[in-house]
Amino acid sequence: MELAARSYEFWLVRYRRVWRGSVATSVVNPVFYLAALGIGLGTLVNHSASRPGHVSYVDFVAPGLLAAAAMQTAAGEASFPILAAIKWTRQYQAMLATPLGIRDIFLGHQLFIVTRVLISSAIYLAVIAAFGTIHSPLGVLALPACVLLGAAFGTAIAAYTTGVAHEGNEFNALFRFGIVPMFLFSGTFFPVSRLPVPLDWIALATPLWHGVALCRDLTLGRGTLLADLGHAGYLTVWTLVGGALAYRFYRRRLVK
Amino acid sequence: MAGSPLVHARGLVKEFGRLVAVDGIDFDVQRGEAFGFLGPNGAGKTSTMRMVGCISPPTAGTLRVLDLDPVADGARIRAKLGVVPQQDTLDSELTVRENILIYGRYFGLARADLREKAAQLLDFVQLSERADDPVEPLSGGMKRRLTIARSLVNDPQVLLLDEPTTGLDPQARHLVWDRLFRLKQQGASLILTTHYMDEAEQLCDRLVVMDNGKIVAEGSPLELIRRYSTREVVELRFADRPPEPAELRVDGLVDRIESLPDRILIYTEDGDHVATALHERGLETSSVLVRRSTLEDVFLHLTGRSLVD
Repeated sequence: MELAARSYEFWLVRYRRVWRGSVATSVVNPVFYLAALGIGLGTLVNHSASRPGHVSYVDFVAPGLLAAAAMQTAAGEASFPILAAIKWTRQYQAMLATPLGIRDIFLGHQLFIVTRVLISSAIYLAVIAAFGTIHSPLGVLALPACVLLGAAFGTAIAAYTTGVAHEGNEFNALFRFGIVPMFLFSGTFFPVSRLPVPLDWIALATPLWHGVALCRDLTLGRGTLLADLGHAGYLTVWTLVGGALAYRFYRRRLVK
Repeated sequence: MAGSPLVHARGLVKEFGRLVAVDGIDFDVQRGEAFGFLGPNGAGKTSTMRMVGCISPPTAGTLRVLDLDPVADGARIRAKLGVVPQQDTLDSELTVRENILIYGRYFGLARADLREKAAQLLDFVQLSERADDPVEPLSGGMKRRLTIARSLVNDPQVLLLDEPTTGLDPQARHLVWDRLFRLKQQGASLILTTHYMDEAEQLCDRLVVMDNGKIVAEGSPLELIRRYSTREVVELRFADRPPEPAELRVDGLVDRIESLPDRILIYTEDGDHVATALHERGLETSSVLVRRSTLEDVFLHLTGRSLVD
């Protein structure tokens, strides 16, 4: 772990140069989304007879947006930056000439990705709290939930990047057919029960849905322990399987 | 006591699928020497270097680096190596100084020590004035010097340089050579690959000539020239069709003749004599050059091809 901390430090040093812009984005984004969807669209939805979750729409959508943002941060960090470190800026090659090994390089980068998710999710959580959408002290636990979701996406997308991506255009498919549909249809904006069969089943299998459900239970303070452990367990499985795959692909890609 | 060699290789092989990049080579590098791999692109030099640098496992054969096994003890060996890769791996978004600092951290060096170390190293490679500039706008020569400075951050026992001056303009090359020569004088051990014979002649105490994954000759630059070439070479260029090589044999003084597409090389112990004799015979040339033999001639003799395509 001490060696992984050294590669983690590289990413932190690099982040130090851009953190202001990144933090500003992390504040502005949730404010815009909550204002437009929670309050703007919410005034229409709240008049509907079938309000999702039987709470005001802003309370419903805020934890969904929180989880979806964690996914997007992790996806952004685990796609182009990893490919760049392999073949454009070649930072992995620089590290490989030192005592660092593949495992240290992989773990250090994953640690940085979840750090990015932690920072942006903490800001997001503060913003949705300011909008008055957190109705339980358990809402604080939405932060570790986001980190877990970030780890699930960070490892799985790292596996995609190291296993599939060569030129960078492979990410178009990933975002177009993976990240964006998940963002739209995995319970972020409306309950998956509104989807026709079998699309609702697909939605229930996505890691994002489990992250959204977990965050929503926590900020609304109404989940059952068993269901929430189930969500967390599912995301843990994604993290472990994604991590094992990614590590294999890292080796295949970098040891020649 | 001579001590064990820095690098010891026997029957070393590297294959990539069906391609045999390194085809069973033997060599030893001693402490304190500058050892070179000379050969054209694709000869297997970089593959050899990556195996010595413990980032590429050998396919077969024996390899010991600093008395350790690169596969089992890669991290321990790499902690004592300095690596200057062929393609820069600097981070262009960080500053010159930050690149050295973070690289030092990979070796677990303390931040406080690294500050001082970075200043010394930047001074050594004449980049102190650019210390706080980003790397991106630096020239190729400056980047290479920074990479050399960075590779020295852990006080390595041996420096691995893969094509250290490829792609640099002549002035930048001389600056790099000057720094490497200084390191050599200070007793550093260097292992370098190059396809420039002048680089090999200037920097290497001893070298091996590689071609098609094999070592075809070994020795000091001077030994190799003595063994595989003559003292002097007469280079003839012709405006029209060149004469048959047999017509150029003069007074039994010609050892060997090589016909290249653009010129004919006459290997002899007395170049001036041969040139004068050919002139007296009325041979019509567009240029005549008498020069000393170089490693280029050695390579040509050993492989029938020139080093730089």
